[in-house]
Amino acid sequence: MPKPTRPLSPHLDIYKMPFTAILSISHRITGVVLSIGTVVLAFWLVAAGYGPDAYGFAQSVLGSIPVKILLFGWSLALFYHLCNGIRHMFWDAGLGFEIRDAVKSGYITLGAALLLTVLAWTIGL
Amino acid sequence: MRLRSALGRARGLGSAREGVGHFYAQRASAIAMIPLALWFVISVISLTHADYTTFKAWMGQPLNATMMLLTVLTALYHAHLGLGVVIADYVHGETMKFTLMSASVMAAVLLAAAMAVSILKVAVGV
Repeated sequence: MPKPTRPLSPHLDIYKMPFTAILSISHRITGVVLSIGTVVLAFWLVAAGYGPDAYGFAQSVLGSIPVKILLFGWSLALFYHLCNGIRHMFWDAGLGFEIRDAVKSGYITLGAALLLTVLAWTIGL
Repeated sequence: MRLRSALGRARGLGSAREGVGHFYAQRASAIAMIPLALWFVISVISLTHADYTTFKAWMGQPLNATMMLLTVLTALYHAHLGLGVVIADYVHGETMKFTLMSASVMAAVLLAAAMAVSILKVAVGV
């Protein structure tokens, strides 16, 4: 039997998302982005497995400007997911549940993620 | 009268029936990923302009190959658990949910095997 479509109260289209809610969905989105990125990692490692020529090709692809921009985005996702993951662990331990604490730790997470990304790419390039 | 302990009645309640194992596995792999991911980033940075010989020499060091292997496997395991939750949240048709979950598992296993073989080949192969 097909699912009957019943009317829903509006939610996402009328309410302003709190800062913590945006961070929460970003944790999920970055998780998915990182998962997709493992395919690129596989491309690099498997190319190395095939030998110097394949590795050289992979290096040239990964070193190209458009791909480097994507890698920058991926690394930002990685550092954000890492920092927010640690924030989640504090919650698992029962700490930092007050809204103002959650907002504060949220800003620290964003700052740390940005800082780590910039640090990594400054050292790397 | 029911011949079942209170704990027996409590276990298996809830729409998913079970989830504590998943919860712990996700946290355990997450904790492992903190040092592994940081190590991975540092390693990739050090290998940015490496030619094949340098790369092979680097991977030939047992600890590097070990760490790379652990990073890949832990990340894929953690990713699989996470994607499973995302699929369960947003996909409501049973057939599609099953299909996507199967695809997720198979993709994770395929990537894990491919990367593990390649890491070992570069590390010990000729």
